[in-house]
Parts: sequence; C-alpha cells; structure tokens
Amino acid sequence: MVNILIKADRISKIYTLFAEEIKAIKDLDLEIRQGEFIAIMGPSGSGKTTLLDILGCLDKVSTGKLNVLDHDVSAFKESSLVKIRRVNMGFVFQEFLLIPTLTALENVVLPLLFSGLPQEHSKAVSLLERVGLGHRINHLPRELSGGERQRVAIARALVTTPKILFADEPTGNLDTKSGQQIFDIFKELNQKDDLTIVLTTHNYKLGLQARRIMFLKDGCIVSREESSLFV
Amino acid sequence: MKILTVAFKNLQRKKIRTFLTIGGVAIAVAVLVSLMGFDTGYQKSLTNDIDKMGYQVLVTAKGCPYEAATLMLKGGGGLRYMEQSVFDKIAKDPRIERISPQLAATEFDKDRQNGQGGIILYMGVSNSYLELKPWSKFKSGQWFSSDDADEVIIGYEAAELEQRVAGDQIFIPNLNKVLKVVGIFERTGTQDDGIMFIPLATAQRIFDLPGKLTGIGIKLKDIGSLGDFEESLYNEPGIQVISMAQVKGTIFNLVSSSKVMTNSVAIIAILIAVIGVVNTILMSVFERTKEIGVMKAIGASRLDIFHIIWLETTLICVLGGFFGEIIAILGTSLVEHIIRQTLPYAPAGKLVIITPVLLLGSFLGAVIMGLIAGIYPAFRASSMRPVEAIRSGD
Ligand SMILES: Nc1ncnc2c1ncn2[C@@H]1O[C@H](COP(=O)(O)OP(=O)(O)OP(=O)(O)O)[C@@H](O)[C@H]1O
Ligand SMILES: [Mg+2]
Repeated sequence: MVNILIKADRISKIYTLFAEEIKAIKDLDLEIRQGEFIAIMGPSGSGKTTLLDILGCLDKVSTGKLNVLDHDVSAFKESSLVKIRRVNMGFVFQEFLLIPTLTALENVVLPLLFSGLPQEHSKAVSLLERVGLGHRINHLPRELSGGERQRVAIARALVTTPKILFADEPTGNLDTKSGQQIFDIFKELNQKDDLTIVLTTHNYKLGLQARRIMFLKDGCIVSREESSLFV
Repeated sequence: MKILTVAFKNLQRKKIRTFLTIGGVAIAVAVLVSLMGFDTGYQKSLTNDIDKMGYQVLVTAKGCPYEAATLMLKGGGGLRYMEQSVFDKIAKDPRIERISPQLAATEFDKDRQNGQGGIILYMGVSNSYLELKPWSKFKSGQWFSSDDADEVIIGYEAAELEQRVAGDQIFIPNLNKVLKVVGIFERTGTQDDGIMFIPLATAQRIFDLPGKLTGIGIKLKDIGSLGDFEESLYNEPGIQVISMAQVKGTIFNLVSSSKVMTNSVAIIAILIAVIGVVNTILMSVFERTKEIGVMKAIGASRLDIFHIIWLETTLICVLGGFFGEIIAILGTSLVEHIIRQTLPYAPAGKLVIITPVLLLGSFLGAVIMGLIAGIYPAFRASSMRPVEAIRSGD
C-alpha cells in the first residue's frame, strides 16, 4: 500500500487584484506519495509558486479539498497551518533567505527553536557536513557563496526531519555547476533517505532529472510524466 | 539558541541606528532621574537648612515677606532695620525658650573671587546665638572675648575660600577697619558656612547702625502657641512675624510652579523617546519583511515573531534606561550647578539626591516603556502573512 501524503481535490486559488479575480490555480487534482521526487515546470505565471505554497501549507486554498498528512487543511487557519508545516515540511527558496545576522549553524538550528524541538547541535552540524559545509558552520551568510548559502538553506529545511521538502526554483539564482550540485543533493536525499521532494524549476536539464515531471499552464496541469532520465 | 539571541543579534545589525535610539531613551531617563532626584534633594536640603536655623519664628522689620524670607535664608535677615527696643520687649515673653537678635550687613569686596569681586555677609550676633544653634562647633578658636570686641568668627566655607585661620587679621577696606579672626566654625551644610560672624554691638558700631537689628530669631517653648504669640505682636508697629514653616511652604510653592515646566519637559522627552523607539523598530520590521516571512515558513508562530520584536524593543529601552541612569549619576553636579543659577533660592546641601529606589523605579519605568512601545511593531510583524512577506519586494 503506497502512502499518500498529499491529496488535492479540485483545488483553486483565486487572488483578487483591483476587483479583478485572478485564478492562479484552477480546479486542480493531485496526489503526492511517499518517496516521490516531483519537478513542477511551466511558463512564468503558470502558478508553480502558488501551487507549492498551498501544498506546503504556507497558504490557504480558495476552493476545493486539500488533504495533507491526513489533515483536511482546506479550512485551516494560519495558526493551524504553522503547526502542520513546522514539523512536516521543509522549505528552500530561490533567494536562499537565510537570516543574515545568524551563522550557518544558527540558521540551521533556528527551526528547532521555533518548533520547540531539542536543539541538537550535533544534528545541525552533521547536516551541514552532509551538504559539504562542515568547514563553514560559523560563517555568516554574507561570507558564503550562493551555492553554499543554498546548501545551508537545505540543511535548515532538513533539521526538523520533515516528511516533504518543497523547493521553489532552488537553482534559479545559481550558475549551472552549483545548480547541478544542489540538484544532486536533492537526488541523494530522495534516493538514500526516501525523502519526498517537490520542486519547481525553469531548467529543463535539471527538471528532467526528477522522477516525475508536471507541466503547469494557466493554473492547470497539462501533462504528468515519469522521467526517463531519472537515475 | 534563544529568542533573545535572535533579537539581540538583530539590534547589532544597524549599530548607529540602535545606538541613537538607545541614546534617545537614555536622555529621557536621565532627565527623569535628575528631575526626581532634584525633588528629593531640594526638599531634604531646604528642610535641613530651615531646621538648622534653630528658630521657628523670625521677627523682622515690615516688608515683603517673600523677599524677607529669601534674604533671611541667604543671610539671616531682610535688610530692613528695626529698633533693638522691640527685642527688649519681646524677650520677656514667657512663651519664649530661646531668642537671639541679629544684625546683618553686606560688604562688597572687590578682591573676592579672583578679583571679580563678591559680597561678604557680616552677621552681628549676641551670645545667645550659640544657644539657638547648640550643634555649632568650633573647628578652631573660640567665641568672642567680649560683647563688642573687634573680632570675627568665620563659617567653614568662607574660611576655606579666604584661606583664613584663627589669629589672622581681616581688613574691611570700605570701613577702614581691621578685625581679628578668633574662631572658625565646623561645617554645618547650611548657609551659615559662608557667613562672617561678629559681636552684635561691634556690628552696630562699625556699620553705623546703633540700636538697630535686622531680625530676631525665636524658638518657642511650645510651637502650638505660635498663633497666640503672633497675635500678641500685632500691636507692635513696623515689624512682622514670619514662621519658618510658612517660609518653607512659600519656597516649596515657588519651586513647584517651576516644576510644572520641568516635568513637562521630562514628559516630552519620554514621548519623543517612545516615538523614536516605535519608529526604529517599525522600520526594522518592514525592512525585514522577507526574513519574518521565512521565519514563519520554517515554523515561527505569531507569538514567536511577536516575542522577537517585543524583546528587541525592550532591549533598547533596558539599555537606554541603564545608560540614562549612568548619565544622570555622572551629571548630578552639572545639574546642581544649573539649578543653582536658575532658582530664586537654593539651599546649601545636595540639591540632587539619586536614591537606589529612584534608580530602580526609573529602570522599571524604562522597561515598561519598552514593553508598551513594542506592542504595535510586534503586532504588525506577527500579523504578516508568510507568503506575502516572502514574496514582498520583488
Ligand atoms: N499576491 C498575489 N496577488 C495577485 N495575483 C497574484 C499574487 N501572487 C501571484 N499572483 C498571480 O498568480 C499567477 C501565478 O503566479 P505564480 O507566482 O504562482 O507563478 P509562477 O508559475 O511561480 O511564475 P514564475 O515562474 O515567474 O515564478 C500569476 O498570474 C500571478 O500574477
Ligand atoms: Mg514562481
């Protein structure tokens, strides 16, 4: 029996902008199973980020039914959403978004502080070592390269041992080489740790390396395919 | 790592801005502490000044009682004269415990204060003076050898200033007179420390005021009989009776009217500081919108964010309170100096007394101010929606 982590049933997201309704996600159905590695692709404005935010419980759906880890989150308020996401979801963003005043290690420990989990520094250090930054743990973000910052962000996303990792264009601000390195980390996490990963990307070369690719256009999924390139 | 660490590290990000905001709070706290310290100090010193006069009632020649009161506090009598016969009459009153006649006179000495010139106050007193002030002690020397000797006893500070010791000769140029220093008083912490005392008869003679007095200090056996006593002097022409309690009240009133001004300055300083703190924190909240968004994304609750911002505000005010108190303590003498220049009458003792209770109280005040100032910025930060915050600004 495959474990379904997220099940979306005709979900929509409607933004109202100057009295005009923009439907960023349109009646979308989706299932995400344990251990999947999904790349969401599609033109700019197609709703990739919006979808990721909703699946990650960062934002609410407008209509439809969304089931996340056996919770019907469609009607959840932000105060309930935060409880779901802080122990179950990890987030990586295009602009890294580390806290500039905190060192790499402190950035990684921060989610533990908010979640009220024990602040095991050894865990944070081993995660930083795993992403190849064992020698940079006391550096501030501004002392790190873009690729290094994104690796700190990945360690930060993993420190609460989440069930799903969401990454919105994680390689968008990186050169091809560091982009591939980051992607390799995702692949390894998915294969070795059976971590479920959902990411968006504009980069076909990278996107095609995911296990499943979903194409989005105007808020609808236009194709879902298993990747042949996944190794 | 604690929430406090996150808050504290953020304050270090814009050092100058943080420093200036803390400075604003510090100034407000310093002003407050100084003013309140002045309240206590002035009251204490004035009370001490008046109690140490040794008399409860002063009889002077008729004139403006306020003027008389201040003049008297500065030198023991309004410079209007009354006849010594009044003294002889009053002295027999059975309600009186002690009574001492005084004749004050001032001399301008152009050599004083490094050639700037200054006023020297001479006070003619009789032997009963010491009975009125039993705490008076001689640092050196002793009382006058006779009732009209050409001798002088100098108050502690006047002696220090003039570098006088017992046995010295003092020349009064305007009168072409030489007086011999026979004693120097110990410090009393009152205006007496700056006065030159001479025998009453000598004063009347050398200042050419025969049979004249400027005031009579009286201590009653029972202060309750003051009303009766005052009434019995009603028929005496040309004199007035001033009770020291009245004088104290009058001076307090004079000072409290100017206190309204200074207190409003303190309140304005505090208001400005609070606005400064709110502004700084609000600015830093808006600058950090994305950071706050990402903190929410990685698990911070509304309360966590509220906590961080609230702590930052409180930290600023705690630090401001601490430095403000240091400024107030270090600035005491400066404040004293300024007050002495501006007040109509300043007692001799410490004018600004900063007590531990005052320090603790104002520190708590600063903390509370921080807690209040932090509410709105913290609320704004905690209300940001994670998605909007993260996507803001692109
Ligand atoms: N806060 C908002 N208010 C109004 N409209 C919004 C808001 N956020 C997104 N949209 C709209 O929703 C649609 C989907 O936006 P979204 O950011 O999800 O696209 P995307 O696929 O991530 O694009 P990109 O590849 O450029 O990142 C767009 O038309 C966008 O203009
Ligand atoms: Mg996007």
